Order: sequence, then C-alpha cells, then structure tokens
Amino acid sequence: MTEWPLWEVFIRSQHGLAHKHVGSLHAPDAELAIRNARDVYTRRNEGISIWVVRSADVVASSPGDKEALFEPANSKVYRHPTFFPMPDEVKHI
Amino acid sequence: MTEFVLHASMPKIVTDLILFEYLLRLGDSPLILAQRLGEWVGKGPIVEEDLALTNVGLDLLGQARMWLAYAGEVEARCSPRGRDEDALAFHRDAGAFRNLLLVEQPNGNYADTMTRQFLFDAWHVRALQALTRSCDPRVAEIAAKGAKEASYHVERSGDWMIRLGDGTDESHAKTQSALDNLGMYTGEMFASDAIDAALADAGIGFDHAVLLAPWREHVDAVLEEATLALPAAEWMQGSGGRGGRQGVHGEHLGHLLAEMQYLQRAYPDSQW
Amino acid sequence: MYAQMVDTGLKEVRTADDMPPEERAFQARIDADIKIEPKDWMPEAYRRTLIRQISQHAHSEIVGMLPEGNWVTRAPTLKRKAILMAKIQDEAGHGLYLYSAAETLGISRDQMLADLHAGRAKYSSIFNYPTLTWADIGTIGWLVDGAAIMNQIPLCRCSYGPYARAMVRICKEESFHQRQGYDIMLAMSRGTDEQQAMAKDALARWWWPSLMMFGPSDAASVHSGQSAAWKIKLLSNDELRQRFVDQTVPQADFLGLTVPDPALRWNDETGHYDFGAIDWSEFHNVIKGNGPCNRDRLQARVNAWDEGAWVREAAMAHAEKRAAGAARAVASIQQQGRTA
Repeated sequence: MTEWPLWEVFIRSQHGLAHKHVGSLHAPDAELAIRNARDVYTRRNEGISIWVVRSADVVASSPGDKEALFEPANSKVYRHPTFFPMPDEVKHI
Repeated sequence: MTEFVLHASMPKIVTDLILFEYLLRLGDSPLILAQRLGEWVGKGPIVEEDLALTNVGLDLLGQARMWLAYAGEVEARCSPRGRDEDALAFHRDAGAFRNLLLVEQPNGNYADTMTRQFLFDAWHVRALQALTRSCDPRVAEIAAKGAKEASYHVERSGDWMIRLGDGTDESHAKTQSALDNLGMYTGEMFASDAIDAALADAGIGFDHAVLLAPWREHVDAVLEEATLALPAAEWMQGSGGRGGRQGVHGEHLGHLLAEMQYLQRAYPDSQW
Repeated sequence: MYAQMVDTGLKEVRTADDMPPEERAFQARIDADIKIEPKDWMPEAYRRTLIRQISQHAHSEIVGMLPEGNWVTRAPTLKRKAILMAKIQDEAGHGLYLYSAAETLGISRDQMLADLHAGRAKYSSIFNYPTLTWADIGTIGWLVDGAAIMNQIPLCRCSYGPYARAMVRICKEESFHQRQGYDIMLAMSRGTDEQQAMAKDALARWWWPSLMMFGPSDAASVHSGQSAAWKIKLLSNDELRQRFVDQTVPQADFLGLTVPDPALRWNDETGHYDFGAIDWSEFHNVIKGNGPCNRDRLQARVNAWDEGAWVREAAMAHAEKRAAGAARAVASIQQQGRTA
C-alpha cells in the first residue's frame, strides 16, 4: 500500500511573526494534514495559523549553489545601516 | 414518571438536588467516552491519529472534571457529603452513573470508534451550545469552553466518517455496520425526562428534543457525502426514561468501571 | 539513552588520511560545528548510522508508549489520568518528530516500521520490562525520562540539523515528564504503608535497567569513537551513566527510598558516587529479545499497525478519488471552454 504523503508544517505563533517551519507529518490529504498539524504541533498553544505544503512540492536550493546564490550578498555591505556612520550629534536616525 | 416544576418558592435544597443529578449527566458522558478513548492510547492506526484521538480524549476528560467538580460543590450545598471529582468518578457503582448508553459501547474497530464519536460529537456540540445560554453562570461557563472543543471534535470525526465511508469497500462495510449497530443508542440523546424538563423550565438546562432536527440534518449531510446512512430506527435503547441518563446501563459499563476504579477501590484511603 | 547500541558499520575511526577530499571537507564542517543538512554531501556510513540511531530513538518513543499506556485506564485520579495521557501523547509526538528527521535521510517511515516489526530494528531495552503497579509509572517518569533527558540535551548540539532541531523541540516538551514522575513518587513515598511498599518495589525493579539504558561500558563500545567524531554522540555512555547516578541518588534519598545497590557509596576523592557492577548478560539478553516483555511489546505494535492498515488505505483511497474527481472537473471545464 502507498504510504500517506509527507507534508511540511508551518506555524505562525501568537506573537505575530511570520509562519515558521516546525516539522513534518504524514496525512492522506490537505484537510487531514491541517488537522493533524493542529494536533501534533500546537499542543502547547504554539500557534494561531497553520500552513501545510506537500513535501514533494517544496523546491529547495541546492547546497552546491550556495556560493553562487549567497556570496554575492556579502559584498553589498551598503545594504546594512551600520555601513553609514552618523555623527553623534544627529539623533533619531 | 413524576413531573415536577422548579419554583422560586421551592427550598434551594430541592433545586440543588436536581441540579446535582443534572451535572452528573453532563459530566459522566465525557468521562466514560474519555475512558474509552484512553484504551486506544498507543494502538492507533498511525501515530498522527494516536495524537489526534488522545487530544479528543483529553478535552473530554477536562470537561468531565469541570462538571464533576461543580457537581460536588452543589452536592455539598444540599447533602451532608460533597464529593470531589475523584470520589464521584471512582466511588460510584454503575447504577449511579448517568452517561449516555452510546458512550459506554466498546471501542471495536476504528470505524466503530469513529462512528460512536461522530454520533456523539454532533449531539454534544449542540447540547453544549444550548447550555452556554444557561442562567446558571457556572454551567454556561463550562459549556462555553466545551463547545469550542466539541466543534473541533465533530469536524474531525465527520472528516473520518467521509473517508471511511467513501474509502474502500472494506472501510465502507465496516462503517455502515458500525452505524447499524450504534444507531439505536442515539434516541436517548433527544429524550427529556422530568429532570431535564424541570431544568429547562428553570432556564438552567434545555429541551433535548429540539436538538434532534439539527443533529439529524448534520449527520445526514455528512453520511450522504460518506455514502452511508443511519439505519431506520425501529426501537431506541433507553427509551421511556429507562436509559443511561437514568442509571440503567448495559453490561459493558461495569467492566469499564472495574478497570477504571480498581486502584481507588483496592486502596480506598490513599492519596495519589 | 533511547539509542543504545548503534552500529556505525566501521571497524575503526576514520582519520583524515583515509578520507577523500569531500569527506575531509565534511569532517571539517563538523569540527567547525556547522550543521549538516539533508541535501549536503555526507559519507554513506554517516547517513546509515544516523538512520539507525534516529530510528532506534523514534521506535523507543513509540514502543515506550505501551508500558505507560498499560496504566492509562487505571490511573488513580482524573488529574493523574489527564497528565499521563498528555505525557504519552507527547511521546507519540516525539516519535513522529524523530521519524521525520530520519526521513530527511532518504528512508520512508513505512520502511523503518517494517524494520521494527520484523525485529531488524532495535529500541531501548528499558521498555521490555513490565509496569506492575502505579509506582512504576512514577518511576518511569523519574528514572527513565530522567535518563533520556540526560542523553537528549547534548544531542540538541549534534551535527545533523534535522536531528538537532527535533531534539530541541523534544527537550522543551519533555521537561515536565520527569517532574510528573517524581511527583507521583513523592505522593507514594509519603502515602500509606502499601504505597510506600509499591514505591520501594518499583525502584528495586527499575534501577538497574535504568542504568543499562546508557548502553555498554565505553571500553566495550566499538562504535563510540566514530560517532563522537561525527558529533552524533557527544558524551560517552559511562560519563552519562555517572551523571545520572550522581543526580538520582540524592533524589532517592529525599524520597526515603534505598537504591538497590550495596556497593553504592559517595567517593570524596572523585566527587562522584561509586556503584556496583551492572549485569551485562541481562542487558544483552533483553536486547536480543529475551526480556520479560519483548514479545508482547513487538506484538502490540504489529497488531496496531496491521489492524490500522484498512484505515490508512481507506483515507488514501478517498484522497485519490477526490483528486481524480477534481481532475475530471477541470478537464470538463476545459472541454466546455473549447466547445463554447
């Protein structure tokens, strides 16, 4: 018999942060995946919103591409506020 | 059956005695069903279901504890003894239990368990919603908490009825057979006896009969999608005011209690 | 420890000279405490060892539900019943997290369960002992969960990302388990003579099997070195066992219970308790399948799985029907679009 498909579970916590990956589970369909996610991953009031995605549908970056994907960002330090020293006299900026 | 009406002029002790009885009815059904669900722990068809079913059991056990704790307080007002939740759960014999016959039925297979759950949940959520309008603030408060839980329970058990009914031939046959076996225990949920009527009149309880039509509509809609049907009711168990809510039970309850109560019975003077 | 004897498939610890360049890079990342993630290159032996270790751990959680489940229906108070149900439910959750972590290594949960059911996979020896009285439930929480937590906290830092993250979640949830066990023991040891006798008897039966949970002595463990190099084992069996004894003996004293080891005494010089020799023949027999409950435990798992097969099949069949129905609906709308 075919195994129930695997789903990735994302929960948004009560503090209003973005949905965060919390783990995975097996379920036959999306409805039961949501219900199972509720029963598995929110037993201690961890969340107020659930997303489930079939694991097979997740497209992930490949570790081999890490340099090409992420290193270019290293050279763009001007994106960070600390790149711009401000005179001490200037406040609230 | 004797009819009685609660009057403001009645001594409080009489209304409390009736309220006590009523609270046992509210608490014993979730207690016994939670005990049944506890039998499934570690034996579910898949680990996700083990977690989910235990959640339902925990909700029901929590509700039972609130009803029985309140029952004990009311008992203390109207009799020399006010038993706590454990004295009520562990030191009453079967004849003193007031749960529905439906919930004492054995677990059977997963279709039997889910069918029992769905038929109960679809009633329970409506009963609790009705009780949120109770003029007794404690009753309303406990019911409000329970109603939220029960509305999740009935969605979950309904989902499973659809999957089992409209799944494979085997699952369909097992689930229809469960309905055929359990259907005759549903009538009791909609019968009001003198105690129910008196408390409905007093604004504490509700008229059970009014739940039948919406329950039936809900159950039929789910069963239709599940390609299942309730059996034609010829005779309902527990009719005529001689059912579980009046303390007249089947053979299964005694065994359930023997197991549940064994430690308290064997070592009655112990703190655990 | 929930994974007691994990075979690395290797005879000796790999040195840098043995390693091809990619393995050297892999080991360098581990040495630098960088987590290994599912899609990263890893040596086959690391992958296989982790699958064995994580699945043993997962099986232990799932089989571990049974000895405690034995008392759910007989818990002495409603509050204790609720706590026990919640605790066992947590164990189901922990099994699930761990199976998921192992699945990232390219094995299905069904395959892991098939290995368990066929007796090819192990689980902790501790769950092959019976729970005979309510005090056993207290003792399991106190000793067995205590030993498990001791093992699991270092594993939160292990080298494999999904395993480490599962451990963090498990440790967070498990913190109440040991306390609820000790709380039961407090009530029993302050209770009637009969309750005190149950508490004493439970400690006598569970003490040695609890020490065996940490696995064979380091001297006898051939795979520990490699597992340590891979950072999937962060403290040695004997270290963890000593910590457990040092932590637990004063707790037993507080309960007024005697640890059943005549050789147990505080050693001022080492700053640790000395304790007697463990009966390793019992341990190896229980691992081999000869414990008092091995057959019952495995049979219970096999029955649950087999009896649940039609339920799992039904849910899949329904999902497929619905997916097919949806596909038909889309096709018919497209058809109408074309003919219109």
